[in-house]
Amino acid sequence: MTPVSYLRAGSVADAVGLGGAEGHRLLGGGTNLVDLMRKGVERPAVLVDVSRLSTLIEEAADGSVVIGAGARNCAVAAHPLVRTRYPMLARAILAGASAQIRNMATVGGNLLQRTRCLYFADAAGSRCNKRVPGSGCDAQGGFTRYHAILGASPSCIATHPSDMAVALAALDARVHLANADGVRTISLPDLHRLPGDRPDLETMLAPGEVIVAVELPPSDVAARSTYRKVRDRASYAFALVSVAAGIALDGDRISDVRIALGGVAAKPWRALRAEAALRGGPATAEAFARAAEGELADAAPLPGNAFKVPLAKRTMAAVLAELSGNRA
Amino acid sequence: MAIRINGTDVARPADARVSLLDLLRERLHLTGTKVGCNQGACGACTVLVDGERVLSCLTLAAQADGRDVTTIEGLGANGLHALQTAFLEHDGLQCGYCTPGQICAASAMLAEIDAGIPSYVTQDLSGPVMLSREEVRERMSGNLCRCGAHNGIIDAIMAVAAERAA
Repeated sequence: MTPVSYLRAGSVADAVGLGGAEGHRLLGGGTNLVDLMRKGVERPAVLVDVSRLSTLIEEAADGSVVIGAGARNCAVAAHPLVRTRYPMLARAILAGASAQIRNMATVGGNLLQRTRCLYFADAAGSRCNKRVPGSGCDAQGGFTRYHAILGASPSCIATHPSDMAVALAALDARVHLANADGVRTISLPDLHRLPGDRPDLETMLAPGEVIVAVELPPSDVAARSTYRKVRDRASYAFALVSVAAGIALDGDRISDVRIALGGVAAKPWRALRAEAALRGGPATAEAFARAAEGELADAAPLPGNAFKVPLAKRTMAAVLAELSGNRA
Repeated sequence: MAIRINGTDVARPADARVSLLDLLRERLHLTGTKVGCNQGACGACTVLVDGERVLSCLTLAAQADGRDVTTIEGLGANGLHALQTAFLEHDGLQCGYCTPGQICAASAMLAEIDAGIPSYVTQDLSGPVMLSREEVRERMSGNLCRCGAHNGIIDAIMAVAAERAA
């Protein structure tokens, strides 16, 4: 690890001022950043600890739930408002990492964590366009079991590793940002970028912009929602494919539905095409299968991850069937 | 400020790169906490910070400033902890390298269940948490045992949980 100094931000304004300075990086729980510093992937000169700012979880006047960016993952999953109103979010967080890591990791840090692409992490031995723009991609033609099947580019096939973000994408969470000019919000599905020819640019945050909170709007699909994660072992592993979904039924018709996929792209993949196909239609196994088929129509898998295309379709259809009362 | 370790205040290291794990082992010679993978994958370095289990390998010592750290030496300071005795009785170890992390994790895990914190396998997110082998298995998945003593580890934890309930 290269030498680094450590500061604690005393306020959001402090974090904005310090976070935008050359060589400064914001530090949440450190579960990803400290590891990447040790691997030589991240080389900040100054760490600005923001983990003690904005840790509250509270209900706003309009009924939405506002989660401070410094709230620990475990605190969010355990919170009564989240468990009862947004079960897909509690389950997504509990599906991620281990209890130790969930105790450390913050909400803001979870959203801004880096890919677990093995070639990205291998600073000494592998080429990576995300780590060193223009250097090439050794994942192409490499071990691609954990790589993207949607929205990838010749430059980068990495996936976003977060479970929490997949549920937040399905819930249309709003991310509150602070910058030198004030504050703004961005919809969670718009926070992360697809790689294109600039995989080093991962989010829409401007330099020095800080995530302050995540707001869960009231939702008519969240009460009947869940998160299913398919992985190589039953616990403590990254997703091969995951599905966050919520559904509102009017008799046997779907009045509203939200679906997002994890493990398949460089960002949480909001399944807008499947949602549009299902909304207003019947809640049947055939409809679920057809919607999943349509969502994955543009999938461009590699030989090492082609299995994820049928796996994603089946998992999406099974989760929707479960939420509609048919356990599949 | 200082880091309180097993009840004693320790100054934060000047070098910000020092992990909590390295502070414990290399500077304070509290070698009960083990170095496993040093990258957050195995749980051998688990300690308690303000009563919650965390990975000391991925915690910078500076982040623990003003916090209360408990290691296996602290848990066992007044004779063997109930979990230590149960691990011995139920063969919850072979080589013993992962054991301090397992025991620190298990002690915090029982507190999490007491606090009603759910896990991925908890069916009813709004109800109380029922202790079961499946729950313990899921909640202890962050602590690997290369010797494969997991069944004994779960037996030991279930025995302690049953004793506390009695």
